[in-house]
Amino acid sequence: MAIISIRNLTKVFPGDTAVPVLNGVDLDIEQGEIIGIIGKSGAGKSTLARTINMLEYPTSGSVFFEGTDMSALRGRQLREKRHHIGVVSQHFNLFMQRTVMANVCFPMEIAGIEKSKRKTIAAHLLELVGIPEKAAVYPAKLSGGQKQRVAIARALSPRGSFASHGSDGKCKAPAILLHPKVIICDEATSALDPETTQGILELLKDINKRLGITLIVITHEMSVISRLCDRVAELADGKIVKLTDDVEYYI
Amino acid sequence: MTELVLRGLWETLFMTVASTAAAYVIGLPLGVLLVVTSKDSLLPNRYVNAVLGIIVNIVRSVPFLILLIAVSPLTRLVVGTSIGSEATVVPLVIAAAPFIARMVESSLKEIDAGVIEAAYSAGASNFRIIWSVMLPEARPSLTVGAAIALTTILGYSAMAGIVGGGGLGDIAIRYGYYRYQRDIMLVTVAILVIVVQVFQEVGMWLSKHYDRRIR
Repeated sequence: MAIISIRNLTKVFPGDTAVPVLNGVDLDIEQGEIIGIIGKSGAGKSTLARTINMLEYPTSGSVFFEGTDMSALRGRQLREKRHHIGVVSQHFNLFMQRTVMANVCFPMEIAGIEKSKRKTIAAHLLELVGIPEKAAVYPAKLSGGQKQRVAIARALSPRGSFASHGSDGKCKAPAILLHPKVIICDEATSALDPETTQGILELLKDINKRLGITLIVITHEMSVISRLCDRVAELADGKIVKLTDDVEYYI
Repeated sequence: MTELVLRGLWETLFMTVASTAAAYVIGLPLGVLLVVTSKDSLLPNRYVNAVLGIIVNIVRSVPFLILLIAVSPLTRLVVGTSIGSEATVVPLVIAAAPFIARMVESSLKEIDAGVIEAAYSAGASNFRIIWSVMLPEARPSLTVGAAIALTTILGYSAMAGIVGGGGLGDIAIRYGYYRYQRDIMLVTVAILVIVVQVFQEVGMWLSKHYDRRIR
């Protein structure tokens, strides 16, 4: 079963001249794959990304995440689903008044993971993204590539843990961390130079391989598709005009 | 004279700091509400936003001296008297709260929408976003706002001297103006200038020193 199923998704912004930004998008995203979504500016890529976790509600149609219709959720239920979908954006969107460590800890604070654990996990994640020495630094002091690594670490940060209880409810086995199941990369490398881009693409690929996290890669750069993705959907005028696993076509 | 001026300084500082603190208790949540109920924010609500905006504008457009006298029945009810520095705190809070609400509003509006979206994506609730993202991210701007609020309220408190409001303004009017004791007037005004300078400079320093965006 697909982890995300998009069905007949339509988005019309109020006040717009009746031109839908998304016009009946159908797409199945498989667990563990890296799927690229490519298109020109204005094709509806970012809107599609934002409707997946309901930052933007669709006008009609549905997004099923593990079988649950996201568009039907509100409040707490929606927030709980959002826990499982990390986002990395072109603009990094880091908290500027928090240290790198505190940025990575933020989703764990939301998930209610205790403080000492948060720090251990965040340190581990910073190691994974290759900037363990930057933990105490503020984002303003980082380069673009480093900022994006922090954003990736934050997107990866676990949203909860299973503390498996014994039958008496007291004996605890080691907790299993829940990383997000999906990460949406919305033009994650578009603000970076070619060399830095290469580093970030390698990191994303590594995360997909190691943690089995599904990646949705929104981009307008063809080379990102061929270098990173397993499959690609081409978006034009709010519709998917091509869906293929021949990513080598995009060089 | 030294004793008189020192007592006046103490009263002025008391009025200013106490009213600013109390006005923030009202103004900060009000400012947050003005932001989050605005279009495309966390809890857009046109009606709540419009009503709050109108209330804030009305109170802000009443000249402070008029407000001071208009609320004196309330002041007497709360403090027991309508003269002296304790009594002046009441109209000061009423005048300062909507002003502070606007300062807070403009500080919070500076926050990048993308940062708030990042918090949403992490599954944060509205309360979380306000408490753990908006207020901390706006801290430098909020600090500057607080310095401006303090100095403005200091100015208002001096104005209250005309109706026996206590503090340095009161002394300047009674001794300097009515009794032509020019030296007292000059000293009190000089002290007011210095206090404003100190508030403003300390505020700016704090804002800058704790702004993590500065490399």
